[in-house]
Amino acid sequence: MSRVNGENAPPEQPIQGQPIQGQPTPDQPTAEQFFRTMVTMEIVEKSLTRLSQSGDLRGSLHLAQGQEAVPAGACAALNKDDYLTATYRGHGYVLAKGCDLEAVLAEVLGRSTGLCHGYGGKMHLFDASHGLLGTNGIVAGGIGTAAGAALAAKIDGNGRVALTVFGDGAINQGHAHECFNMAALYKLPAIFLCENNLYAEMTPLDRSHGNTNLTERIGSYGIATTQVDGNDPVAVFQTMTEAVARARKGEGPTFIEAHTYRTIGHYQADPGTAYRTQEEIDEWRSKNPVARYQAMLGDKGDAIRAEVEEHVESIIKKVLSSPLPTWDSALVGGAK
Amino acid sequence: MSEMTFVQACNAALRQELDRDPNVFLMGEDIAHYGGMFRVTEGLLETYGENRVIDTPISESGFIGMALGAALAGKRPVAELMFIDFSLVAMDQIHNQIAKTFGMSGGTVHVPLTIITQGGGYKGAAAQHSQMLEALFLHVPGVKVVAPSNPADAKGLLASAIRDNHPVLFLEHKQLLPVKGEVPDGEHLVPLGKANVVRPGKDLSLFTYSFSVHMAMEAADLAAKEGIEVEVIDLRSLDPLDWETIEKSVKKTHRVLIAHEAHARCGVGVDLAAQIQKRLFDELDAPIEICAALDFPIPFAKVLEDEVLPTVPKILSAIKEAVGGRW
Ligand SMILES: Cc1ncc(C[n+]2csc(CCOP(=O)(O)OP(=O)(O)O)c2C)c(N)n1
Repeated sequence: MSRVNGENAPPEQPIQGQPIQGQPTPDQPTAEQFFRTMVTMEIVEKSLTRLSQSGDLRGSLHLAQGQEAVPAGACAALNKDDYLTATYRGHGYVLAKGCDLEAVLAEVLGRSTGLCHGYGGKMHLFDASHGLLGTNGIVAGGIGTAAGAALAAKIDGNGRVALTVFGDGAINQGHAHECFNMAALYKLPAIFLCENNLYAEMTPLDRSHGNTNLTERIGSYGIATTQVDGNDPVAVFQTMTEAVARARKGEGPTFIEAHTYRTIGHYQADPGTAYRTQEEIDEWRSKNPVARYQAMLGDKGDAIRAEVEEHVESIIKKVLSSPLPTWDSALVGGAK
Repeated sequence: MSEMTFVQACNAALRQELDRDPNVFLMGEDIAHYGGMFRVTEGLLETYGENRVIDTPISESGFIGMALGAALAGKRPVAELMFIDFSLVAMDQIHNQIAKTFGMSGGTVHVPLTIITQGGGYKGAAAQHSQMLEALFLHVPGVKVVAPSNPADAKGLLASAIRDNHPVLFLEHKQLLPVKGEVPDGEHLVPLGKANVVRPGKDLSLFTYSFSVHMAMEAADLAAKEGIEVEVIDLRSLDPLDWETIEKSVKKTHRVLIAHEAHARCGVGVDLAAQIQKRLFDELDAPIEICAALDFPIPFAKVLEDEVLPTVPKILSAIKEAVGGRW
């Protein structure tokens, strides 16, 4: 299913059809559970897009439709007290990690009941109770945070691991490479999960990487590397489970390259078509993990979608009538 | 009390805090096996082991970022940046990540992290190893800054910095590292945000910090010979600032000089002057003077370095300028 170190062959399984690979572990979520997680992300994102258009949502909304299988599979392999840092495109991870939907949406919509009481917004979500050490507005900015949390876990010997997720573009940030090297050097219980969606904003891989073989680049640091079909939550889960086991055993970090695709624009104002062909987009839409799971689950899938839609809608209604944040001057100057 | 150098005082503070709190640990370049470029961490690896005194690669952005992650995961990291000049390759981590986490999280997440570094000139270290960059750290809210001038304050402020629940930059000066002084034995804490009147005087308030305190004292002695009684105030902590002491002094002398080694433009002096004139305008009898480095990269040759950096004669003439018409 996945390889360790260096090789750059595409995933063995073609990216299609039945998602079940390998031997399911006892704690592997069911197809229904994976679908519920993924469809929640899709519905939340569509609702937020609507709220962005209506003016209820401020700022940029980075979109992740098509990539739902990566957070769904990855976070299912983590415990509540494992650490996570993610990106501006990280709301799926935050939800899959178990953060409260209402508190997340309240933060994204700038309410006092939000995770950060409206001070952070969508790009700066923190929830210590779920090990969430921040989504980030800086490409590669949270990689050191995760590596440091992994260092803390190693020093304390508490068995926790730290997952950090980033895109293919982040591989070109020096900070990332400093952290890859140190994670290998110190054998940190860290998992570097790269969502290779073939584009960094509007720039394709081969116009920004001298060597587009990402596992080869990172493998040279002495990190275990592996590739996985990022549109298959089960494959992602199993690959992550291996990486988590390796980390917990003290065998060091893993770099996972998950092949996936954003079937929508980079953010709400990008139709996503100027730099990609319609054929390419259509081809990846046919591999959309949410749609595939819904088809696989039949009536049950339709019912889950309807149920989640209703749930998200009711929470958004509640959030929109929640109080606006209040300015807390006691936060200034680090007095608290 | 024991006599020790500034470096030994920092080492004593680190030992004090490593002993006190098992979550305190150190990371930085050449700090563990070698004992630190400036010997601040000498012998700590032997006492506390590899889990608490960690050598890092030359990856300032990486290890400063990791210090943040460790802080968020419950540790109390102390990261040493060998020269403050090198902080510039870690500025995303310091300014965008470390400084902002508390505020961005709406106060839900604390960052108990200390950065130890040293700066300053007068040693021929030239443009990239002589800077005083405290104003950069002060400009972006979220990192406290302390800059002690003597061993006792170094011990007390470093310990307080480590115990603080917010990021603190602890700024040493390379001229001060070998300087000796009396340091209290046992637990010693100097609270952040408390200035120290190191020389009382009635004619002028001279606010300064770090190595400049010593030059200011020399200049004040020379001024006294000409009948000018300068009150020298060692700010010690630049954020938080001790407004009580500042106000008390200005209300007494009605004249202000701010002396620091960092560049003048957008520096601590300019900022302090703006705040003093706003808060204490009616108390001032003369324009506030600032004696700071010329806005030019610090040159190598001594004669050129002396052109750019403040010197005792320059501070003395600034004293005379500040007291102006009265003499
Ligand atoms: C340091 C930095 N440079 C540039 C940006 C602007 N930016 C935001 S997202 C992005 C693309 C990142 O691409 P990638 O890492 O592949 O992740 P993806 O967005 O595809 O998930 C860029 C350039 C930024 N936020 N931070």
